[in-house]
Amino acid sequence: MSHFLGSRASWLAGLLLLAFLLLAPLEFHRYGLYILSQWAVMTIAAIGLNLTLGYAGQVSLAQGAFVGVGAYSAAILTTQGWPLGLAILVAIALCFAIGWILGYPALRVQHHYLAFVTLAFSTLAFLVFRNEAWLTGGTDGIDGVPRPVILGISTKPHLAYYYFCLLVLALVGLAMLWLVRSPWGRAFVALRENPLRALSLGVDTRRYTLMAFAIGASLGGLAGALYAPLVGLVEPPAFTLALSLSLLMMVIVGGSGYFLGPFLGAMVAVLLPEWLRFLESYYLILYSLLVMGLLIYSPTGLIGILDRFLTHRRTRAASAARASLGASIERP
Amino acid sequence: MANFIAIVIAGLATGALYALVAVGFTLLWQTSQTINFAQGEFVMLPAFFMLAAMNAGLPFWAAIVIGFVLSTAILGFAFKLLLVDPMLPHGVLPLAIATMALSTFLKELVKTFYSAEASPFPSIAPEGDLHIFGVSIALQNIVVLVVAIAAVAALQFLLSRTRLGRQMQAAAQNPTVARILGVPVERMILYSFLINGALVALASLLISPIYLAKFTNGETLGLAAFIAAIVGGFNQIRGAIAGGLLLGVVDNLSAAYVSTQYRGAIPMVLLIVVILFRPSGLLGRPEERSV
Amino acid sequence: MTPVLEVAHIRKRFGGITAVDGVSFEVREGEILGIIGPNGCGKSTLFNCILGQLQPSEGGVKLDGRTTTGMRPCDLNRLGVSRTFQLLQIFPRLSVRDNLILAGQEHEGTMLSRLVGPRDAGLTSVADQMIEFFKLGHLADERAGGLSYGQQKLLDVAMAFIAGPRLVLLDEPAGGVNLTMLANLKDRLKAFNAERGATFVVIEHNMDFVMSLCTRVIVLAEGKVLAEGLPAEIRADPAVIEAYLGH
Repeated sequence: MSHFLGSRASWLAGLLLLAFLLLAPLEFHRYGLYILSQWAVMTIAAIGLNLTLGYAGQVSLAQGAFVGVGAYSAAILTTQGWPLGLAILVAIALCFAIGWILGYPALRVQHHYLAFVTLAFSTLAFLVFRNEAWLTGGTDGIDGVPRPVILGISTKPHLAYYYFCLLVLALVGLAMLWLVRSPWGRAFVALRENPLRALSLGVDTRRYTLMAFAIGASLGGLAGALYAPLVGLVEPPAFTLALSLSLLMMVIVGGSGYFLGPFLGAMVAVLLPEWLRFLESYYLILYSLLVMGLLIYSPTGLIGILDRFLTHRRTRAASAARASLGASIERP
Repeated sequence: MANFIAIVIAGLATGALYALVAVGFTLLWQTSQTINFAQGEFVMLPAFFMLAAMNAGLPFWAAIVIGFVLSTAILGFAFKLLLVDPMLPHGVLPLAIATMALSTFLKELVKTFYSAEASPFPSIAPEGDLHIFGVSIALQNIVVLVVAIAAVAALQFLLSRTRLGRQMQAAAQNPTVARILGVPVERMILYSFLINGALVALASLLISPIYLAKFTNGETLGLAAFIAAIVGGFNQIRGAIAGGLLLGVVDNLSAAYVSTQYRGAIPMVLLIVVILFRPSGLLGRPEERSV
Repeated sequence: MTPVLEVAHIRKRFGGITAVDGVSFEVREGEILGIIGPNGCGKSTLFNCILGQLQPSEGGVKLDGRTTTGMRPCDLNRLGVSRTFQLLQIFPRLSVRDNLILAGQEHEGTMLSRLVGPRDAGLTSVADQMIEFFKLGHLADERAGGLSYGQQKLLDVAMAFIAGPRLVLLDEPAGGVNLTMLANLKDRLKAFNAERGATFVVIEHNMDFVMSLCTRVIVLAEGKVLAEGLPAEIRADPAVIEAYLGH
C-alpha cells in the first residue's frame, strides 16, 4: 500500500483525479452534482467501514444504521434551528458511543459475534426510526432539512454543497491517512497478520479492534449528517440493512484494507446503477453475481487486483535485472 | 390461561422451525467454518421450486419431491462446489461476505423471475383446530411441531447413533485427526451441505403456508436462525435446537403481550443479553481462550 | 529477595491428557534457566500457561510476587514479560526496523498519544541500537520477509528484547540455526543478560547450547520435573540420561 502512494505515477494519477473532482462539476447539471455528492458522502461511510473491516478484520452490518443515526441527528437538530456543525459533532459522538457499547461485549468472544450484534442493531435501529414518530417523524420521516451556511456562503446551490462534501471527504481522507501511518497503523497490520504474536508484543488487540469499530461507526454518523441536507428528506427506508450491505460491498469491491478501496468501491456502487439503468430490475442480480465472482477471484477487491499486477511486474523486473546482472558477472 | 398455552404451543411450533434452520446453519459452521448469511434465503427459495412445479401442472406431492431434490442439489451441492470450495482457502470472512452477496442474489432472482408479491402456499396440514383440555390449538401448529421435531430427532439419531454420523462429528471436531483415522473428511463435509439442503427445504415446506411464499421471507428467518444458533451455543447442534425453541416461544409471547411495533426487537434484545452475559450460549461450553 | 518468576503446581489437562502434571519452580533475577526434556514432555504447554495463552487447570504463576495466572499475553507483556516463538513469528511485510518499533511501541505512552504522536513512537534510535547490537545493521530497511532464516531468528529475539523486559521466555531459539549464527546468538544473549540484568527462561533441545548458556537447568519428563540443578550436574544425572535414551 505504501508503495502505491509513493510512486510518481500514482501521485500524478491522484492529481488528475483531484482536478477532475474540482473542475468537472462546474459543467455538471443538478443530477450529476447530486450523484457526485452522494459518492463523496458514501465514501466517508465506506472509509469508516474499511477501518473496521479492512484494518481490524471485523464485519459490521450496522454501518447503514449509523448513517441513519447521523442523518436523523442532523435532521432533528437543523430543523429546530441548530447549526449543522453541532449536528455533526453530536452524530460523531453518538455513533462512537453506540459503537463502543455494542463492540465491547461482542469483541470479548472469539467468534465473529460482532457481525450478528450489528445485524441485530441494524434491525433495532430501523424499528426505532419507524416507530418513534415523536422524534423521527415515523414512517413519514423528517422533511425540509436545510443546507448549512458556511463562513457566510450558503450551500443551498448544489455546486456549493458538493464542494462542502468534497472538503469534508478530503479532511476525513487525510485523517485516515494519518491514522494508518501512525503507530496504530502498525498495530493494525500486526493484529491482522498475526494476532497471537501481536498480543505477545503488548498489542491490546481487543482495544484496537474496538477503537476501529467505534471510529468507523462515528464516520458513518458523519456521513449521515452530510446526507440529510443533501437529500433534504430523512426517512426510515433509506437506512435498512440494504444500506449496510451496500456499504459492505463498496469496501469489498474497492478492496478492503487498501486506503483507496472505499473511494473506488463507492464510485462503482454509485455509478454502476446509473450506467446499468437499462438493466432495470436485473441490475441487483448482476451486481451480486459480480461481487461473488470478484470475491472468488480476488478477495482483496479491485485494488487488490491492481496491487498484485504491479507487484508481479516489479518482481519480474527485479528478477530480470538480477538475471542480467548475474550474466554480466559471469562473463570473464 | 388456555390462551397462554395456545400461544406457547404456537411458539414451540415456530421455534421448531427456527430450530430446523438454526441446526443446518450450525452444522455448516461446525463442519466447514462456513457462516452462511444466506441461510434465510435458502429457506425462502425451495417453496418457489415447489410452486413452479405446481404451476407446471404437477400434483403437490410431486412438487414437494422436486423441491427437495432441487434444494439438495442446488443449495447443497452446487453451493458447496461453486461458492464454498473456491472461497474457503481465502478464509472465513471472505466466504461469509460472499454469502451476503448470495442472499441478495437469491432474493432478487425470486423477485424478478417469479413475483414480488406474496403467493399462497398449500399446507400439508389439514385445516381446523384441535380442542383438548379447553385449549384450542391449530392443527397446523401441531403438524409443524411434530414434523420438525421428527426431523431434528432423526438428525440427532443420525449424528450420534450411526457410524456415518459419528464420522461426521469426528470430521467436524478435528479434521486432521479424523483424516488420520481414515474418515473421508471431504465427503463428510459434502454430506453436511446436502443435509442442510434438505433441512431448509423442509423448513420451507412447513413455513410457507403460514407466512405465504414471498421473496422477503429470508430476512426474518435468517436473523432468527443466527440468533437461535448463538443463543443456544454456537458450537452445538443441541444448542441450536434449544435456541430455536426458546426464540419461537419468546417471539410469540412478545407478539401477544408486548406492543406489536417493537415485536421484532425482542429477539435482538435476547441476542444482546446472551452475548453480554453468557457468550458461549445457553448450552455452549465456555471456549478455551486462545486470543 | 522475591524471585522474578514463581511457578507453583501448574497442571494442564486437555480432555483426558495431562500435559503438565504439577510443575513448580522459581527463577531468580539475572538467571538463565534452561528447561529441557524429551519431546512431548510438556515444555511448550508450560510456557503457554505461564504466558497467559492457556489457562492452567490448576496452579498459579507469580511475577515479582504478583499473581499473573491467566492474564492476557498483552498485559503480561506490559508488565515486562516477553517471549520468542518456536515457529518464527515476525511480520514479513514490515521492514526490520518497523518490526522492532512495533515490538516496542505499545510500551510508549498511551493509546491516544500513540495516535497523535510521532510515527515511530520515538523509537527509531532505540530500534537502530538494537539492530546494531544484533549485527543486522545493513538490513534495517529491508522487508523482514526477505531475510535469511538465521537473520529472522535474530530479529525475533531482538523484538523480544527491545522493550527492556524483566523476563524473557525463549522457545527453542536455536532451532534451525547454523553454527555461526548460533554462536552469535549465544553471545548476544549472554551480553544482554550481563549488560541489562535480564532474566531468561529457555526451552531447548540443543544440549550444547543449553549447557553453555544456562546457569541452571530443569529437566521435564511426562509433565513433571525430573531433575533440577547446575548444567554439569544435570549432564551426569543418570535419571536424566535414562529419560532421554529411553525415548
